[in-house]
Formats: sequence, C-alpha cells, structure tokens
Amino acid sequence: MVEKELFAIFMDGIFIKNFLLIQFLGLCSFVGVTKDVKSAAGMSGAVVFVMAMASTASYLIYTYVLVPADMQFLDLISFIVVIAALVQLVEFVVRKNIPSLYRSLGIYLPLITTNCAVLGAVLLNENAGYNFIQSVVFGVSAGLGYTVVMLMMAGIRERSTFVNVPSAIRGLPQAFFIALMLSMAFVNYFWVIPI
Amino acid sequence: MDPLSEYIRGITRDNPIFGLVLGLCPTLAVTTSVENAIGMSAGTAFVLICSNIFVSALRKQIPSAVRLPIFIIIIATFVSIVKMIMQAYFPPMYAALGVFIPLIVVNCIIIGRAEAYANKNNVFYSFIDGLGISTGFLLVLMLIGGIRELLGTGQIVTFDYTLITLPINPSVTTMILPPGAFLTIGSLMAIVNYQKEKKRAKGG
Repeated sequence: MVEKELFAIFMDGIFIKNFLLIQFLGLCSFVGVTKDVKSAAGMSGAVVFVMAMASTASYLIYTYVLVPADMQFLDLISFIVVIAALVQLVEFVVRKNIPSLYRSLGIYLPLITTNCAVLGAVLLNENAGYNFIQSVVFGVSAGLGYTVVMLMMAGIRERSTFVNVPSAIRGLPQAFFIALMLSMAFVNYFWVIPI
Repeated sequence: MDPLSEYIRGITRDNPIFGLVLGLCPTLAVTTSVENAIGMSAGTAFVLICSNIFVSALRKQIPSAVRLPIFIIIIATFVSIVKMIMQAYFPPMYAALGVFIPLIVVNCIIIGRAEAYANKNNVFYSFIDGLGISTGFLLVLMLIGGIRELLGTGQIVTFDYTLITLPINPSVTTMILPPGAFLTIGSLMAIVNYQKEKKRAKGG
C-alpha cells in the first residue's frame, strides 16, 4: 500500500499526470468534442461524474468481490461492465433533463464507455495500490484535470475558427498543433515543480 | 471483393490512424521508440484479428439490441489473454507499455471494426480485414516511433540491433516527451491531407 498524501494525489491527477496532455488518455473526445466550449463543458461534466463513480465502484468490487473470490484475472471484464452501466445511467439522466446537450454530444456520450480516460483511471488506481479514499480522490482529480484541459482547448479552438491557415492544416492537424503548445506548457511547468 | 484489395484497403483508404482517425491514445502514448510501437501493434493485432473472427462467426446468433456489450466482453476476454501472455513472457515490454495493454479493450479500432465490418461479413473476409487494419496500424506506429526515436535519441535501437545512427546527435529530448507526439502526428496528418487535396484537385 502506497502511503501518499491526499493533496499530492490530487495535484498528480490534475497537473502532473494530466490525462490528456501527459498520459494520452481520452484523446478521441479531446479532438472530437472541443469545437465549442458548451459541449466540451457538458462532456467534461459527464466524464468527471463517471470517473468518480467508476473509481468508487471498481475499488469496492475489486476489494470485496474479486480478491476474496481469488478471481483477479477477471478485473478488466468486471471494470468495463461497471463503466458501461454507469454510462447508461448518465445517458438516461442527460437525455431526460438536458436534451440540447444530449444532441450536441451525439455519439460521444455512449462512447464514454470506450473512453480510455475512465478505464485508465480505474486501472491506474489498481496499479498504484491506492486505498478507498485515495482512489476516489484520484478519480475526481483526474476528471478535473480532464475538464481544465478540455475547456482551454475548446476556448482556443473556438477563437481560432476564423484564423486563415492553409487548408491542409485546417481541422485535425490544427487541433494537434494547439495541443502541442498546451502540452509543452504542462510538461515544462508541472514536471519541474516537486510537489 | 477480392482478398488482396481488401487487405490493401486496411493500409491505405481505411488506415486506422489517418483514414478512420481511431485509436489515437496508444498511437501517441507508446510511440517513444520503434520497439514499443512493434509490441503495441502486435498485441492490438492479436486482439483485433481474434475478435473479428469471433464476432463474424457469431454474427447470426448475436441479437442486435445487445450487440455492443457482447462485443466488449469478447474483446475484453482476448485482451486478458494478451495481458497475461505479455506479463509472463515479455516482462520488460509489459512494463514499458504499462496501462496501455489492458487499455486495448477500449481501443476504438477494435470495436469499430467489429461493428462496421465483422458484424456484416463472413469469417474469411473479417480475418483479412483484421490483418489489413493491423498492418496499417503497425506501419503508422513504426513511422511515428521511428521519427520520435531518431530525433529524440539520435539512433534507432530495436531488440538490441542498432538500425540507424545519425552522424550528429540532434537529441531533441522534446520528441520523446509528450509534446513530440502531438508535433509528429500533427505534421504527418497535415502531409496526408495535402496529398489527398492534390489528388482530388487532379481528379476533378
């Protein structure tokens, strides 16, 4: 069991091990849903919720079901089932209460199931051997780190829509070049500060 | 449909990275060296080919309402197999690829091909499709890994063989850090787009 302060885990999740820019988890939604700030915010909200719930639920299942039954090799399958069920729940809630957000998220909402960020958070928790509170803190902070970067990216992309660039660079390459600059900032600032 | 053109299609038009733009996470995360790129593609190829064959063989039995959960369970089973094999026989490779081996489960390429191709075609063509897509994935990963390793460390070392050594070592360390991945894939994608545009302009 790794003894690590909760604050250090929190900062780890948001900045030092930022999911999008440092670990490359969840890039499909990163380039797919960041065309405007509103859908990026909605997507991030859904991901934070699913990530926090998934960290909680998968910790409980791993510790109280799989380990006593000596079936740790089933971890992947049980985690993905838990995540799929949670995403289904979020989808029901969003469709019922915020239909406009449901339409703008489109295919990406059911795809949170196959978003590597969520399963990645769960697996990193398992690998690091975090206890219950640490797992939940890491899940929430990873979600917040995802949100920060999604909002920055969406803001920059929204403003760069009318920038005159060669047509070959418009679209995805442009998004990657913006990500390059954000990533450089994150690597250079947060890797050198020992927290 | 002849098998050869189906195979080529996976490398060119339906290339997973530049054509379909799926599976970006492993593409960027593990391409710090050619060796990692090969290991990652091998794992992905095994899962993709097996799941394509399996889904295609069972496509008449799988009810369409619950097909996605069933695909995910099939894929997760094969990924667990790959994970255990790698852990047992290639521990250094497993340590280098880390969390990205279990994350093959959520690689969009695999579930995308199950849904778009294996679910509609017979076993033989699904096998060919899996083979073609895997080859396309391998080539792109090796290209990106090669560029990053060469510029980042000045040489390409694969399984203890030094393939290329640059006369002057540029050692742009940024290339093997996360920003280098974004730079490489952004530039490659821009080149691919430029070529596509040129071809379209010529055609009409």
